[in-house]
Amino acid sequence: MKRMIKPSIPEHSDDPRVTIALTVNGETVSRTVSVRMLLSDFLRHELGLTGTHVGCEHGVCGCCTVHIDGKAGRSCLTLAVQANGADIRTIESVANGDGTLHPVQQAFKECHALQCGFCTPGMVMNIVNRFEEPGPLDLTDNGIRDMLSGNLCRCTGYINIIAAVRRAAELMGRA
Amino acid sequence: MKPSLFGYHAPKTLAEAGAILAQDADATVLAGGQSLLPAMNFRVAAPSALVDIQHVEGLKGISIKDGAIAVRAMTRHREFELDEQVRQANPLVAEVMQHVAHVPIRNRGTVVGSLCHADPSAEMPLLLTLLGGSVIAQGPNGAREIAAEDFFTSFLTTARKSDELVIEARFPLLPAGAGWAFDEVTRRHGDFALVGVGCIVTLDAQGKVQTIQLAACGIADRPVRLTEAEAMLKGSTLTPDLDAAANASLSAVVAPDDMHASASYRRRALKALITRMVTKAASRVRPGAPS
Ligand SMILES: Cc1cc2nc3c(=O)[nH]c(=O)nc-3n(C[C@H](O)[C@H](O)[C@H](O)COP(=O)(O)OP(=O)(O)OC[C@H]3O[C@@H](n4cnc5c(N)ncnc54)[C@H](O)[C@@H]3O)c2cc1C
Ligand code: FES
Ligand code: FES
Repeated sequence: MKRMIKPSIPEHSDDPRVTIALTVNGETVSRTVSVRMLLSDFLRHELGLTGTHVGCEHGVCGCCTVHIDGKAGRSCLTLAVQANGADIRTIESVANGDGTLHPVQQAFKECHALQCGFCTPGMVMNIVNRFEEPGPLDLTDNGIRDMLSGNLCRCTGYINIIAAVRRAAELMGRA
Repeated sequence: MKPSLFGYHAPKTLAEAGAILAQDADATVLAGGQSLLPAMNFRVAAPSALVDIQHVEGLKGISIKDGAIAVRAMTRHREFELDEQVRQANPLVAEVMQHVAHVPIRNRGTVVGSLCHADPSAEMPLLLTLLGGSVIAQGPNGAREIAAEDFFTSFLTTARKSDELVIEARFPLLPAGAGWAFDEVTRRHGDFALVGVGCIVTLDAQGKVQTIQLAACGIADRPVRLTEAEAMLKGSTLTPDLDAAANASLSAVVAPDDMHASASYRRRALKALITRMVTKAASRVRPGAPS
């Protein structure tokens, strides 16, 4: 029988490659990558940080949200070369070193704000960043819906995620 | 869902960026990437080379001069939205900005990038058209100012030449005491507008319309000033003439039926929005107040 199972990874690539150096979760990393590598693929494939999820690769689902120089952004709409010199934070850096959860993660857990969990890293990175921004937060239902509007969840129906954002605000003394 | 191959340049100066654009007509400017990268990931766009302008010196920041807010090319949507000086000088900006995508997209996407992308239902091109603003395009032979009405030429198309970089956009301040309003109809908050309408109005001591600016997006291949309605409302006391002025604007809807809405739906949305926005703008007029 013809062998159908075989790796489809090309043995070599003619893509032009660029050496980039950036900070990821506080660590300096340097890699030589194809110019067309997306930051999401860089984090997952080059660094093994698979907590950053990839849903749509066109900016709609928000699963790939990371912090780029302190601001939440889509890693699928950022080239790895654009992040040369940048400071990147991913979901892997959010919990404390001893394994205790960040208040936003704690609130998601308490409020049952995740089911399959695919959307959760992006949700958490987005919300963590909103809590880091100076200025008042609109914690009405509409305000929280607006905060979550760039993140899609196919499981929960959002109600518990809205509750979790409000709970996180309580835990952080922002309510 | 990955981009096809391209060359990548990260120039540090305007001159370097200009030289690359002048050499290669297919080379494309990369600003925030929030419109370009989705198109490249879909392979709808396949530029030969990207000119990443994030490190080009002199392209950051917002300043207020000569009666306008000057927004440099790498200014992100979110900076424009939250800038305290901008909020004071032109409160319409923040009102419009909330409708552009979502915060994580606004953190990366640039105001000028949105203007250059020229989506006919996007909010920034509408805002520039409504205010009668302009952009500054820098080419091999120097810089030129292009008025909004000349800049947006068609669907996703502008008067920018392939060897020009837009370095700045100028959004005029509101006239003294003016009232303002913007709203849009969308399927979901943060989507592109099916129809969006903005209005700026000043009233005289008798409550008659002194000046009025009215514009819409999502109804044609570019944002449009509703000049016929403006002419009908000027000098009027608004209420009796508003319905007729809104009706006179309906012929401006030339966008064909698409998967999001039919032309007749767009006409109904346009009429409702004109009525609401003119009324809301008039209610915010502060007679005698400085701008
Ligand atoms: C999920 C999602 C939802 C969105 N929703 C909305 C919305 O509701 N309303 C809206 O208006 N936008 C929306 N956008 C688009 C967003 O606003 C983009 O940020 C914006 O349209 C483009 O800005 P950018 O800086 O990302 O430009 P890029 O993507 O980098 O560039 C866009 C185009 O402009 C050209 N360009 C950019 N800068 C210059 C320059 N200085 N000189 C010459 N050419 C230049 C590029 O070559 C390219 O052709 C959405 C995007 C996403 C992903
Ligand atoms: S994978 Fe980036 S937004 Fe969906
Ligand atoms: S928990 Fe499954 S997609 Fe959100």
